[in-house]
Amino acid sequence: MTQPAPSERKDHHSAAGWQRDVLAFSGLAIVILVLFLSQGAVYSVRVMVEAGCYALLALGLTIQWGYAGMFNIGIMGFLAAGAASSMLISFPANPKFWASPGPMLVALFIGKLFLCGIAIWVANKADQIGASRRLKGIIVTLVLIVSFVVISNHMASMSKEIESTSGWMGGLGLPVFFGWAVAGLVAAIIAWAVGKICLGLRSDYLAIATLGIAAIIKTFLKNADWLTRGTLTVSPLPWPVPTPADGHFFLARFYYLCVVVAIMVLLYLLLQRAYYAPWGRMMRAIRDNEDAAEAMGKDVTKRRLQIFVLGCIPMGVGGAMLIHFAQIYDPSAFIDLNYTFLIWVMVILGGAGNNRGAILGAVFVYIIWTASAPIALWLFHLAAYYGHEWVGWQPPSDLDSRALEMRVFVVGLAITLVLRYAPNGVLPEPRARH
Amino acid sequence: MNELVFFVDNGLIAGLIIGAIYALGAIGVTLIFGILRFAHFAHGDMMTMGAFISLIIAFMLKSAGVHGPFALVFIGMFPAMIITAAIAIGLDKIFYKPLREAGARPIVLVMASLGVTLMLQGVLRLFGGVSARNMFIDRPKEIFQFHLPGAHRPIVLTEPQVILFLFTAVTVIALHYFLTRTRLGKAMRAVSDNPDLARITGISTEHVVWATWIIGGALACAAGTLLSMDVALKPDLSWNILLPIFAATIVGGIGQPYGAIAGGFLVGLCESLSVFNWAILLRPIKPYLWFDIPSSLALVPTEYKLMVPFLILIIVLIYRPTGIFKGRVL
Repeated sequence: MTQPAPSERKDHHSAAGWQRDVLAFSGLAIVILVLFLSQGAVYSVRVMVEAGCYALLALGLTIQWGYAGMFNIGIMGFLAAGAASSMLISFPANPKFWASPGPMLVALFIGKLFLCGIAIWVANKADQIGASRRLKGIIVTLVLIVSFVVISNHMASMSKEIESTSGWMGGLGLPVFFGWAVAGLVAAIIAWAVGKICLGLRSDYLAIATLGIAAIIKTFLKNADWLTRGTLTVSPLPWPVPTPADGHFFLARFYYLCVVVAIMVLLYLLLQRAYYAPWGRMMRAIRDNEDAAEAMGKDVTKRRLQIFVLGCIPMGVGGAMLIHFAQIYDPSAFIDLNYTFLIWVMVILGGAGNNRGAILGAVFVYIIWTASAPIALWLFHLAAYYGHEWVGWQPPSDLDSRALEMRVFVVGLAITLVLRYAPNGVLPEPRARH
Repeated sequence: MNELVFFVDNGLIAGLIIGAIYALGAIGVTLIFGILRFAHFAHGDMMTMGAFISLIIAFMLKSAGVHGPFALVFIGMFPAMIITAAIAIGLDKIFYKPLREAGARPIVLVMASLGVTLMLQGVLRLFGGVSARNMFIDRPKEIFQFHLPGAHRPIVLTEPQVILFLFTAVTVIALHYFLTRTRLGKAMRAVSDNPDLARITGISTEHVVWATWIIGGALACAAGTLLSMDVALKPDLSWNILLPIFAATIVGGIGQPYGAIAGGFLVGLCESLSVFNWAILLRPIKPYLWFDIPSSLALVPTEYKLMVPFLILIIVLIYRPTGIFKGRVL
């Protein structure tokens, strides 16, 4: 690789660094102030809670892209998996399911899943007990196909049974914080499986693989009625703090905001510490020059797997927090634009590889994003009005939904413009103090 | 015999149709991958865009009172291919070339192509709405039926399917001649194999890049139009078609146009045969079987069709990263 590595692109004086931070965050404070003054506290707190959740997602992405240069465009999948598992843990139980033969089938399913996992693992070790490379390939492919058929057959009969007797599995009714922890865990397990397969390959392949995984997770969640009620949606999801239904609307949201901010700050401090620790230095070394890092004796593939898994944990947790806040689990609402590309815009705009940049980018972009819907509608109605007045243009009846599609365009434009004119973002990566 | 006809209709032909579409898309992706060295994520939306342009031209032809032996969209497809190719070059000029010249890493180009994807999606939905459209605006599509002896059902081929097969065959032959007989084609293969060596020998990279976008754009337009003619024009095609196309590209070997064609048909056939209900084929021998045939013997439920190209992709990536035709390892 002869291209200039990101950290040596431009020297940013460390003295100018904090001034830039102060300036950028003051600007953000003004934006937030304007939001509060113009939209009222109740709405603004809602926006801030969601922005905080997005900041978590952006921190997760900045670990992967900023620290290690890994191109994950399947954020939506990890987020959806986290959200679904947190919903399953914390939603009240469905007594009809527990009285039916369903639990037995699910237990059997988990057992089969486990056995298939072991079979695949053993098949992958086939070369160590004397199988040739070609034979190993055949064995693994066969085992994969057989496991796939076994699992999908079991799933088909199980879902039929559960859907006919009890509708769906229901939750476990456990505390919400536990649900969030499981969300992180599930995202981590999926990330581990994806990373195990794809991280040895070039980053384009990782992008394609994560995109596919996200699409598959979403398809699964949408169709697995027995597990998540599918498109029927689940609501209301519980909160870890008193919900608005308990009385005080503003206070409830404010408590939730406190929880979100606390988790965000905790993650930020951990990341800040990791970034300046030898571990962070090693990660940047791997990102900037993989061959050199490998020559120095670093296990590149293993480290990359580690960081991929670590980056996906906040994505799972952040997704769960977002869904719980909205109080509705709806798999159709998981779309790439909101939950993958918007986060990419946040990270590259804020400055990849800089934790403060990720938070700044997340909050700023999210506020702009929420504000852009009414602005787009207003602009379109204006255009429709004058178009009608002046040239007799008859606007299409679905003007409102089309106006919102404009946001897709704007996100795309933002990505290309930032890449072209400000590849380092508003707050560029700090120059490491070696 | 009826069962066999059903298999040909719903398994074989369906697989070949979608395989031909994937192949046409994958040729472009594989050339861009091989020559510009990045995964072009906007290819799916270039297909949709091409289909829209064909439809617009067809409407213009209709209002001009043109009638032809073919459907108007098919006539409109050829100018649309030129327009799409020009737009592809324009997109390269505005979004990819500056990054390339600034020495950006390939991954940054991939990100830029994601941005372009979203912009195209936004524009298409803004002007085209989100509903599905019928591409046959002047007359209904023709349906050809072939009766086999001993079967009640005919083998059914529709007009767009016949056009698609012919078009793919012509394209493949033309591409073969272009790549092996013309200077530019040979230059493209050289750049794809070894860009540095090609540059030293005096090959104009600029022309090669242009040719890549022209071929990629024109074929994407054709694939999009023909696919939309077969079913309907849906603006949200993008991700669903992109994954199989990438799978076809990688299965065939990156930078290998013949590989892309083979990979396209392979992925398409796998996809349609894995969701095909094999129980139907077993029905004639039912009296001789000692067990009951389950009602559904499809390997994959239809709603998980998307998993098939993805699984093929993963298996190839792990065990044969260079693909069937020994493409590049990037």
